[in-house]
Amino acid sequence: MRHLLSAGDLDRDEATLILDTAGELAQVGDRSVKKLPTLRGRTVVNLFYEDSTRTRTSFELAAKRLSADVINFSAKGSSVSKGESLKDTALTLQAMGADGVVIRHGASGAPHRLANWVDGSVLNAGDGTHEHPTQALLDAFTMRERLGRLEGLRVAVVGDILHSRVARSNVLLLTTLGAHVTLVAPPTLLPVSVHTWPCEVSYDLDEVLPESDVVMMLRVQAERMHDSFFPSVREYSRNYGLDGERLSRMPEEAIVMHPGPMVRGMEISAEVADSPRCTVTEQVANGVSLRMAVLYLLLGGS
Amino acid sequence: MPENQGTHLIRGARPLGDDPVDLLFENGRITAIGPDLPAPDGAEVVDATGLIALPGLVDLHTHLREPGREDAETVASGSRAAAMGGYTAVHAMANTDPVADTAGVVEQVWRLGQEAGYCDVRPVGAVTVGLAGERLSEIGAMADSAARVRVFSDDGVCVSDALLMRRALEYVKAFDGVIAQHAQEPRLTEGAQMNEGRVSDRLGLPGWPAVAEEAIIARDCLLAQHVGSRLHVCHVSTKGSVDIIRWAKERGCDVTAEVTPHHLILTDDLAESYDPVYKVNPPLRTAEDVQALREGLADGTIDIVATDHAPHPVEAKETEWSTAAMGMIGLETALGVVHRTMVETGLLTWAQVAERMSAAPARIGRVGGHGRELAVGEPANIVLYDPAAPVEVDAAAMAGKSGNTPFRGMSLPGRIIATFLRGVPTVLEGKIK
Repeated sequence: MRHLLSAGDLDRDEATLILDTAGELAQVGDRSVKKLPTLRGRTVVNLFYEDSTRTRTSFELAAKRLSADVINFSAKGSSVSKGESLKDTALTLQAMGADGVVIRHGASGAPHRLANWVDGSVLNAGDGTHEHPTQALLDAFTMRERLGRLEGLRVAVVGDILHSRVARSNVLLLTTLGAHVTLVAPPTLLPVSVHTWPCEVSYDLDEVLPESDVVMMLRVQAERMHDSFFPSVREYSRNYGLDGERLSRMPEEAIVMHPGPMVRGMEISAEVADSPRCTVTEQVANGVSLRMAVLYLLLGGS
Repeated sequence: MPENQGTHLIRGARPLGDDPVDLLFENGRITAIGPDLPAPDGAEVVDATGLIALPGLVDLHTHLREPGREDAETVASGSRAAAMGGYTAVHAMANTDPVADTAGVVEQVWRLGQEAGYCDVRPVGAVTVGLAGERLSEIGAMADSAARVRVFSDDGVCVSDALLMRRALEYVKAFDGVIAQHAQEPRLTEGAQMNEGRVSDRLGLPGWPAVAEEAIIARDCLLAQHVGSRLHVCHVSTKGSVDIIRWAKERGCDVTAEVTPHHLILTDDLAESYDPVYKVNPPLRTAEDVQALREGLADGTIDIVATDHAPHPVEAKETEWSTAAMGMIGLETALGVVHRTMVETGLLTWAQVAERMSAAPARIGRVGGHGRELAVGEPANIVLYDPAAPVEVDAAAMAGKSGNTPFRGMSLPGRIIATFLRGVPTVLEGKIK
């Protein structure tokens, strides 16, 4: 594995290895000195074209815990905002000797392009409406920790599937790992070819919830309303929002996940967001261990 | 600039793929055809053994970029590329900067073509001022100008306003013009990056649905029939469009249509590389669409092949997919792609290739002196093609200024050996003169 561009690039063994490695590395976070020397002398660049404090900080912390040198290269205040092309930025990073580049970009496929122009490993930290593979990996890690398995697990992913990189990566990864995914959304927020994806599709959240071990709520941007994807925030929330009443109809052990940031009162009620069944903060904590595992496996060898 | 003189004796060429004969060109015309013609004094003899002779190709859809984007292509560089592809006439699209929406701009382009002398450059006039889709440009003035414009198009942008399209169709009847429509419903394609379907959904790229093309074609066919005018549909790309055009022709609509070489061979899964060399408008579609387009071209539903040659500088393609420019070059590879997709498959004979790449486009564009029979007395606009000389496409070796060819590295079955414009070679021994 040289790059991590898509969750679909991972076979079952590779994905399991990442999750297992993350489990071992998680113990570092519990020690008073939270640092390993594994990536000493290696340089990791965080190349963020979109604001994402959460993901950038997670990658930064992961790299630092492995003793890598970390450079944060954000689109604001750098030559990127002066109109430098992605290729020239890539060649600059290459000249500086970056061993790994973590890229977040608003354009789908930007990490694929970058991988053509740098020798180091490229990690996709979210590209447009395409994929977010480390999010899917940390989600799978969280499910496995909470529920003890992934094989046969029934996972409902609810919300704006059409524009969601989290949904795309999760469908690919969870299917590879043996879970059953059901996508739940109004038809306007599903891709036209979704019936060809390796998952189930439903327009009815109430029908799916009692049969789900995990429900993953995705953020729905309010501006979608202005494009007539749905009539109103209120109607969306009524049909596809998760509140305490709906949660009570799920199996007792079932968990609620959210990749963040949450819009309370839209796709998730405050009551559910704050309930112990909601794993949002665990997902954040697991994100660091998981990203340590990916960096270690991509950059640690030889 | 090649002189419009000289005597050439072509030995052993196969007109439209038929049995070998000799052809004599004198003073710009074909003056003799037959076996073992004697060579007149001073004639240059061209050994064409095994080569197929076709009438010089005519492209109804070329972007020459001048004025405005001379970094991508000029009239001179683009017409050299055309000659290398076997073309003796091209139609230069109107989306230049400034837009070709006045007699002044079309006359400039026409004059630049004359000066370059590699092929006849026929400017296309914009339908609306600045391609803005709001009011008609001075169509009549362009028609009456020295450029004698007969094809009008806002190509790159659809004339989406139904009333404006109706008016344009009606107006050009006065001088036997034609509206060449870029069929793309704008609201259905806002931000669209590639064909909408399995691949776009997986890649997370906003989709360009087939229906956005088909709905406009259906509307325009009905409009053209209602007002009794000529409609030409640019770069048809979907199976549904072929069906609609077939239906429209059956009910008597005066519609013609073109398909590009790239839509005859490439499919949307090439976008999986996220390499914008495959980004084009209309986008590459599915294998099912490719098959329907080939069948449509074979049965005459689609009248012609047009290149939509769209040069772009390197930096416009060496970028993220969503910011990259749309379009691919195609003049120098068109005949090879048609050979591969239509002749090798048995769908077209060489005579039918001549009809679809020379005679029919000349008729649609009302281009005199091109697309004629290979017969004594006709202008000597001729291409000699070696159908048994496979060539690997080299983006760096193109005669045009830009190298954005999606066929780079691909092997095509034959190559252009010579192109004659009114008896004068613009290409000889595979090299530009």
